[in-house]
Amino acid sequence: MVHIIVSASRFSMIMLMAIYTYYCFAALRSNISPARQERIYHKQTLVMYELLLNGNLVLFLVLEDMRVLGLMVCEMVLFAITLIIYKKIYENASKSLVNNMCMLLTISFIILTRLDMEKAIKQLLFASVAVVITCFIPILVAKLKVWDKLKFVYGVVGIAGLLFVLVAASTTYGAKLSISIGPIVLQPSEFIKIIFIFFSACMLQDVRDFQYLVKTTIIAALHVLILVASRDLGGALIYLVTYLVMVYVATRKPIYMFLGVAAGALASVVAYYLFGHVRDRVIAWKDPLSVIDDQGYQISQSLFAIGSGGWFGSGLGLGMPGKIPVVTTDFVFAAISEEMGAFFAICIIFICISCFLMIFNIAMQVKDYFYKLIALGIGTLYGTQTFLALGGVTKFIPSTGVTLPLISYGGSSLLSTMILFAIIQGLYVLQVDEGEFDEGMEESPKKRRQRG
Amino acid sequence: MKEWKNHQRNEDKEVEILDFNHSRSGNKRVRKKQIQQQNTKRKKKNRNKEFAIVTYAFLALFIGMSGYFAYFVQVKSSDFVNNPYNARLDRLEQYAIRGKILAEDGTVLAETQVDDAGNETRYYPYGNVFAHAVGYSSHGMAGVELDANYHLLTSHTFIVNRLANEVIDKKNPGDDVVTTLEVPLQQACYQAMGSYDGAIICIEPSTGKILAMVSKPDFNPNQIDANWNSYVSENSDSTVLLNRASQGLYAPGSTFKMITLLSYLQQNGKSFQFDCNGSFSYDGYEMHCYNGKAHGQEDLIAAFGNSCNSAFSQIGLELDLGEYNKLCDKLLFNRTLPTNLQTTAKSRMDLAEGSNSSLVMQTAIGQGKTMVSPLHMAMIASAIANDGKLMKPYIIDYSQNDGGTVIKQYTTESYGQLLFAEDAKTMQEYMRYVVTNGTATPLNSDLYEAYGKTGTAEFSSNKNKDHSWFVGFAKNAAGKEIAIAVVMENVASGNAYAVPASKQILDTYFSTE
Repeated sequence: MVHIIVSASRFSMIMLMAIYTYYCFAALRSNISPARQERIYHKQTLVMYELLLNGNLVLFLVLEDMRVLGLMVCEMVLFAITLIIYKKIYENASKSLVNNMCMLLTISFIILTRLDMEKAIKQLLFASVAVVITCFIPILVAKLKVWDKLKFVYGVVGIAGLLFVLVAASTTYGAKLSISIGPIVLQPSEFIKIIFIFFSACMLQDVRDFQYLVKTTIIAALHVLILVASRDLGGALIYLVTYLVMVYVATRKPIYMFLGVAAGALASVVAYYLFGHVRDRVIAWKDPLSVIDDQGYQISQSLFAIGSGGWFGSGLGLGMPGKIPVVTTDFVFAAISEEMGAFFAICIIFICISCFLMIFNIAMQVKDYFYKLIALGIGTLYGTQTFLALGGVTKFIPSTGVTLPLISYGGSSLLSTMILFAIIQGLYVLQVDEGEFDEGMEESPKKRRQRG
Repeated sequence: MKEWKNHQRNEDKEVEILDFNHSRSGNKRVRKKQIQQQNTKRKKKNRNKEFAIVTYAFLALFIGMSGYFAYFVQVKSSDFVNNPYNARLDRLEQYAIRGKILAEDGTVLAETQVDDAGNETRYYPYGNVFAHAVGYSSHGMAGVELDANYHLLTSHTFIVNRLANEVIDKKNPGDDVVTTLEVPLQQACYQAMGSYDGAIICIEPSTGKILAMVSKPDFNPNQIDANWNSYVSENSDSTVLLNRASQGLYAPGSTFKMITLLSYLQQNGKSFQFDCNGSFSYDGYEMHCYNGKAHGQEDLIAAFGNSCNSAFSQIGLELDLGEYNKLCDKLLFNRTLPTNLQTTAKSRMDLAEGSNSSLVMQTAIGQGKTMVSPLHMAMIASAIANDGKLMKPYIIDYSQNDGGTVIKQYTTESYGQLLFAEDAKTMQEYMRYVVTNGTATPLNSDLYEAYGKTGTAEFSSNKNKDHSWFVGFAKNAAGKEIAIAVVMENVASGNAYAVPASKQILDTYFSTE
């Protein structure tokens, strides 16, 4: 009987997910009235709660563990608080982004509870801490006017932080990432990427001449090189792409972009011949089954999971995602696809696209050039990291070992992504606050023209 | 108002805007503030063009990835799901009764019988005849049982049945798998092999369907559990479980002259004359014709028809070894064969440039270090029959649910041109000559037109023990076609074995409609 309920729930959860995803894009239509938009966001919130309920009830049946229900209640409360913060305190925040953040967290909690109860509990704790920390960020971003004047601080802290990681960090899965301080394990590069965006925006907000650009690029390249030395290739790629896109938009010269991409491509080829671990990733990507005992094991297991799950999934608890190494972090998407279905997984991709579009939308509307670059950097970083994470798991690109923002297990990754989202909310608040003012500004020259 | 930091970035732009403003407003005294505002507005607009480009670039990446993901789930995933490393397959057995394996006409080749107590037994009605082709499902699996494991254990029975079975906690019937195997042909191959060890494989050239596949020594799959230990015990040198047709590697003997010939044709054309006196010496190494027979004056086609070792030693020495190697690589040596079978052996051919002439001569006549699988030779014959185009061999035609609805259809897949169409046509002409005037004359028949190449491969120092080969194809006026590779081990001498066996098989194939 449990089997039937679990099987049927696959379809109800896919339905909920599909409806939610539809709303994401329905609300983006240009001719929509604000009131209707508001209603859609409200319905989205409801759908999210239904999914949370549905998923946890299935898990309760499968795992027969009372803690599932306890977790569910805590998650519901946490989301309620988050939604209230952004509804009541930051009235002008982007509802779409808040909803998406909660939805991705919902999926994360469901799959982590399924995979590893202890980690789910920890993740919930991280998320609660992150909500508390990040609820101050929008106001800080909107009201403090010092952010664009700290470029030396950003540069020094960024480089020093990465160097410290390179020297002091312990090695996990071939990359030096984590620093342990007492019971807390931190991944500083997750936070330094935020500082890096601020640094780049500061420098690029007024590119005086070519020399200045070269200087900036050297410092940025230093970040990337330290990451390469730490063998954090995914991280290096994310920093690199983010910087290149920011330079391209700031200078409006595609040539820099092409030069950067060419340099990146050349560097990849060099890295391929220089580093064994890069070669391994490429070999595993080309034909994972031929090296299944070796480099291809992880990606093969991921593809077994996705393929065995098929379009509708095996049902929560009925698959074997535990066979995939590091399933709770880098390969969490494969576990979701196996048990909840490829349809569900594709909906996740579209929710990520929706987040990306929202961030870029805000970036386009922001008037202040510095903040515009910040939003651009955050959007690019989010897009790149999501693409690398999803592409690696699905064998679209060689695996780079990065986490899927908001879904993968891990406190540093979760907190840093939530900080990024909160900064965007701050920009959104800033933007909407200045909205009337901007309109007035556009009108005045017209009046003058009429007079003249 | 907020100060815009970038208004002075580009003085050209400012002048431009000044002009723009001038013409529109007609006001020569444009205030600096106004320039700033206009400038900002304009920059915002332009900058948003870059934003749009970046947005679309990312969108394209994400959409591309979603498309690839969907393609993987729909099309590619079966390659992965059905891998023996996929631990999930074991779990499927809890939910489904293993489906049947059927011949091309629906004859049952394997089925699971369930007794009243719910005990499942796998039953193979044809016993040894289909042993390697159909394989076995316990002890790690082999053959179609392995290749189709996922289908056999996945149930697509009518949804109401599935729900009903859920409720009463009964297993669902797994899907049945229909193979490309033909029962009468398989039986003919099995009998033609007689008591010898070896392998036979038959492929339909126009589709790549594997019509029959026999390997001996064989085993009775119904008793696989009882006999397993004797097959795999350490002191047993038994190779009973090895499917020699797809995984066996043999010295190709004179059948390799097909490839030597093709390389010569590509490099030098058909011009060739040779006077054979039964042996050929070069650089201190002497090559003998079979039984020391002197073939006399020969042109290229006669040398091929007579399978003249002396002439082909000469031909080998005239070849550019680089091109020769390249041709072999193109003909799928030293790599995994493009088939839908999970386990195949890689044929080997490597003749380094500057190899000594004795090795060159040996390789040219199919000795030396070259090793081939019968499947590979059948694929080459199949491509020649099909005017150069190779269809990927496959053995699973489709899977169906217990009601007979097709669930997954495997379509014929082309590998592309294995050899050029004109080369294939020339090869057809030469291989036809072998049957009409050469070493395979017993294959002349009213029922069909046969083409091929015989071979005798030495595999040990014992000159009286050889492997006997036939590789070729046949067709009739009605358009029925078959490519075949036969190898019989350890026979007294050459053609007297593989050619009559092939005749028996072809007679059966073309006498049935």
